[in-house]
Amino acid sequence: MQSNAALEYDYTVAKLFTYVTILFGFLGMLVGTILALQLAFPELNYLIGEYGTFSRLRPIHTNTVIFGFTVSGVFATWYYFAQRVLKVSMAESRFLMIMGKVHFWVYFIGALIATITLVFGISAGKEYAQYEWWVDIVIVIIWIMWGVNIFGMIGIRREKALYVSIWYYLACFLGIAMLYLFNNMSIPTYFATEGLGSIHHSVSMYSGTNDALVQWWYGHNAVAFGFTVPIVGMIYYFLPKESGQAIYSYKLSLLSFWGLMFVYLWAGSHHLLWSTVPDWMQTMGSAFSIVLILPSWGSAINMLLTMKGEWNQLAENPLIKFMVIASTFYMLSTIEGPIQAIKSVNAIAHFTDWIPGHVHDGVLGWVVFMIMASLFHMTPRMFKREIYSKKLMGIQFWMQTTAVVLYFTSMWIAGITQGMMWRAVDEYGNLVYSFIDTVTVLHPYYVIRGVSGVLYTAGFILFAFNIYKTITAGRKLTEEPQFRTPMA
Amino acid sequence: MDIQNIQGYGMFFLTIFLTVILYWYILYLYRSEKKGERDFEKYGRIALDDNIDSPLVEDKIASERDNTKEQNK
Repeated sequence: MQSNAALEYDYTVAKLFTYVTILFGFLGMLVGTILALQLAFPELNYLIGEYGTFSRLRPIHTNTVIFGFTVSGVFATWYYFAQRVLKVSMAESRFLMIMGKVHFWVYFIGALIATITLVFGISAGKEYAQYEWWVDIVIVIIWIMWGVNIFGMIGIRREKALYVSIWYYLACFLGIAMLYLFNNMSIPTYFATEGLGSIHHSVSMYSGTNDALVQWWYGHNAVAFGFTVPIVGMIYYFLPKESGQAIYSYKLSLLSFWGLMFVYLWAGSHHLLWSTVPDWMQTMGSAFSIVLILPSWGSAINMLLTMKGEWNQLAENPLIKFMVIASTFYMLSTIEGPIQAIKSVNAIAHFTDWIPGHVHDGVLGWVVFMIMASLFHMTPRMFKREIYSKKLMGIQFWMQTTAVVLYFTSMWIAGITQGMMWRAVDEYGNLVYSFIDTVTVLHPYYVIRGVSGVLYTAGFILFAFNIYKTITAGRKLTEEPQFRTPMA
Repeated sequence: MDIQNIQGYGMFFLTIFLTVILYWYILYLYRSEKKGERDFEKYGRIALDDNIDSPLVEDKIASERDNTKEQNK
C-alpha cells in the first residue's frame, strides 16, 4: 500500500459493473414483461418456437434479474462505496485491481453462458437454482473472487471501524455462499443411473420433502441475502451521503442487522405451509416471519428518520424521492410477507397471484429503485459529470411508481379472487368453479400487469438513456459534490 | 423420542439461547454508551466524510501502532 497525497478512488471496476447492471436490468425486465403479456394473451407463447414459451422464458427472467441485474448492482456499488468508507483506493493494490477486473470479465462471460444454457433449456429444474452443476462451479469461482476483493479491501483499509453497510455486504457474501453451495448439491445423472444419464445434466442430492425444505431455505434466504441485506447496506450508505444526514440511529442499524441475521434464516419454511414438512417447522416458519417485521421495520424506520428535519429534500431532490419510496416499499413488502405467512391467510394466498404481487412490490419498488438511485448517485462522481436531466428522472419516477402500484394492486385482487374461487363449495361440498373459470375472471388483471410491465420497462429505458447521456453529454464537474448530486 | 421431536426441542432451546444473546446485545449497546465507553453514533460520520483525505473516525494504522507499543512495554 502506498501513501500518496494525490491519491484518488479508482472506479474502473465499478463502472464496468454499472454497465452490465443496466444491460441485465433491461433484458430481465423485457423478458418479465413478455411473460406478463403471455399470461394475458397466451398466443404470444408461440412466436419463436420452443425458445419463446413461458416455461423457457420464466427461468431466464428470474435468473437474469437476480444473478444478472441485482448481483451486478451489488458488485457495482461494492466497488464504489467500499473504497470510500474503508478509505482506501483500488489503485493502491495492483493485486486487488487485477482481481477486480478478472472478477468482472469472468462474471460477464459466465453470466452470458449461463443465460444461453437457459435459452436452450439446459436446466437442473430447481426454482431459482436452474443452472447446471458446471455453471454452478463458475458461479462459485465468481463469488470467491468477490470475497478476495472484500477481504483484501478490508485488510488494507485505513478506517478501523467497518461502516454498517460493509457488515451487510459481508452478510450477503457469506449468506449466499452458504445457501448456494448447499442447495445446489447435485449429482450428474450419468453417475446416478450407472451410465445411462448424461455428464452435464444433474439431479439434486436431496429428494422429496428434504429437497423442498432445502430449496425453500435457499429460496427464501436468497431473498434475504440477495434482495434485502445488500440493498439495506446500499441505502445505509447512499441515503445519508445524498442527504448529508448521518444515519438516525447507528445503534438501531446494528441491532436490526443482528435481528435480521437471527430471524431470517428460520422463516423459509413459510413457503411450505400445508405441505408434508413437519408441523412444528411450519409453525416456526410462520412465527419467525411475524417476528421478522421487527428488524425489517427497524431498518426502514431508521432510513426514514434519517430524513428528520430535512423532508424538504424529498420535494427538491428526485434521488431522495427514489430512496424514500424504496424504503416505503420495503416497509410494505415486509409487512405483506408476514401476513401471507400466517397459516390461515396462506391457505388462501398459496399458489395464487398474490404471491408474485408481493414479490414484485418488493423487487420493483425496493430493490430496483434502490439500485437505480445508487447508480444515479455514483455516475456523476465516477464520470465527473452532472446528471443529464432532472426532468427525465421525475418522469421516470412517476412512470415506474405507477407501474408498481398497478402491478401489486392487480395481483392482490387477482390473488384473493383466485384463492376464494378455488375454495368455494356449494351446499353439497362440491367445488363451484373449475380452474378455467378463475382464468377467465383473472384476465383483466393479467392485462393490467402486462401494462404495468410495459410502463416499468419504459421507465428503465429512460433511466438507461439518462445515464448514457450523463456519461457522454453531461456538464463537466470541476469538483466532486459532497452530498447532493448535481443535475441539469 | 423420534428425530422430529429432538429437532423440534433443539430448535426451541436454540431460539431461547439466541434471543437471550440478542437482548444482551441491546443492553450492551446502550449501557456501554451510557457509561461513556463507546460512542456508536460517531460511526455514522463514516458515510458522510468519505473522501480519501477526510478525517478518519478511527485510524487503523495508529491503533495497530498503539497496540504494538502496549505489547512491547
